[in-house]
Amino acid sequence: MIAGCIPSAFGGRGACITAAIGALLLAMAASFALNFPALTGRVVDQANIIQPATRAAIEGKLAELESKSGIQLVVATVNSLEGQDIEPYANELFRNWKLGEKEKNNGVLLLIAPNERRVRIEVGYGLEKTLTDALSKVIITNAIAPRFKAGDFSGGISRGVDDIITVLTTDASEWEQRPSLRLDKDQQTDPTSWILFFAFLIFIILVVVSPTFRWLFISALTNVSVSSGRYGGGYSGGGYSGGGGFSGGGGFSGGGGSSGGGGASGSW
Amino acid sequence: MTISMASIRSFTFALIAGLTLAGCGYNTIPTLEEQAKAKWGEVQNNYQRRADLIPNLVATVQGYAKQEREVLTAVIEARAKATQIKVDASQLTDPEKVKQFQDAQNQLSGALGRLIAVSENYPELKSNQNFLALQSQLEGTENRIAVARRDYIEAVRAYNTELRTFPGIIWANTFFRGNKAMAEFAAGEGADKPPTVKF
Repeated sequence: MIAGCIPSAFGGRGACITAAIGALLLAMAASFALNFPALTGRVVDQANIIQPATRAAIEGKLAELESKSGIQLVVATVNSLEGQDIEPYANELFRNWKLGEKEKNNGVLLLIAPNERRVRIEVGYGLEKTLTDALSKVIITNAIAPRFKAGDFSGGISRGVDDIITVLTTDASEWEQRPSLRLDKDQQTDPTSWILFFAFLIFIILVVVSPTFRWLFISALTNVSVSSGRYGGGYSGGGYSGGGGFSGGGGFSGGGGSSGGGGASGSW
Repeated sequence: MTISMASIRSFTFALIAGLTLAGCGYNTIPTLEEQAKAKWGEVQNNYQRRADLIPNLVATVQGYAKQEREVLTAVIEARAKATQIKVDASQLTDPEKVKQFQDAQNQLSGALGRLIAVSENYPELKSNQNFLALQSQLEGTENRIAVARRDYIEAVRAYNTELRTFPGIIWANTFFRGNKAMAEFAAGEGADKPPTVKF
């Protein structure tokens, strides 16, 4: 990529950058065929059916669940399923948000589509044995659908969340596996290899381009002591601030987990 | 310090060329192949899971609707046939085998659909707790099958594309001459939708 974008050929660096941004945007547009709401928090109320007080209470419970067990339970309401059935929509939304920790896949999505009158609990791979399909169906049939039918969205969602948390937390094995390295785990695998690769590439380019650098490099190779040692600076710490934003009160983001279609749906 | 500019330049360019070519070429094909095989394993697991639910389902329905012998037998037979046909990961390049597998599973889907439809005529059966639980498990499994199939189709698409496009085609024709395109699923004829039950 770097080699292919020779600034002098096509009107300077400006053209190069524009082309790169254009390609990136095109790729992004092509990859998301559906319009998913952004994961702004643990309760994403696009359809605006949850009362503020209930919403705050639910968010508190969900945050507590995550801090105790690492399980990312998210409630989402959407204005439209965009012509899809709720099952594929929920699965794609779950994967888009990457709920749950990457290794454990312990995410749960409670999706409500009030305009299509459909609700679904989508369970990540790792929790399928705990929050089974049958249990999800029971929760929807008994706790959620009757209240929705009576028009009580906040109550139904609140009760559904409580039931789901009960199911998830009464299973002792979930509590026992407290992920102590959770905050650091996200940052390890993916970015490290890229950082190393680019650092190496930049190093090579510096050796070609800059005589000073080349001299330093050669000197190091031939064991002449060098005072500045600038070329060790490529790997400074794990300063990757994108992913694991679980710090209290701050941004919430998915942990990299996925779902295989477990859970249950219902309507009212 | 008499290393010339020219030799340094050629050394580093060779290094960069080697890196970019080797890094993005050789590993891609085996990686994509393994991913596709893994997704296939997932598909098979879910189909098997569905097959495992059936004996229980049949027993429950039989308790209330014994006279529906035809439908019950059809399900049992379709299940037996479907569990007999197995496609090993190494047989994925054979479209015939995959089609056989898919056909058998589709037949089972059809028989199951009829069974569920018939059960709607029996109110006692419909409200039986065991039956309801089995039904939700069945729906869940059908959904998992649909997701696993989508994942598999996507993985196979990526693998087949890599084999045919540049630069994968270079590796395909040199080191990986034995790798052939994997078979895909034909778009499901109703096999993607779980058997729905309307009350």
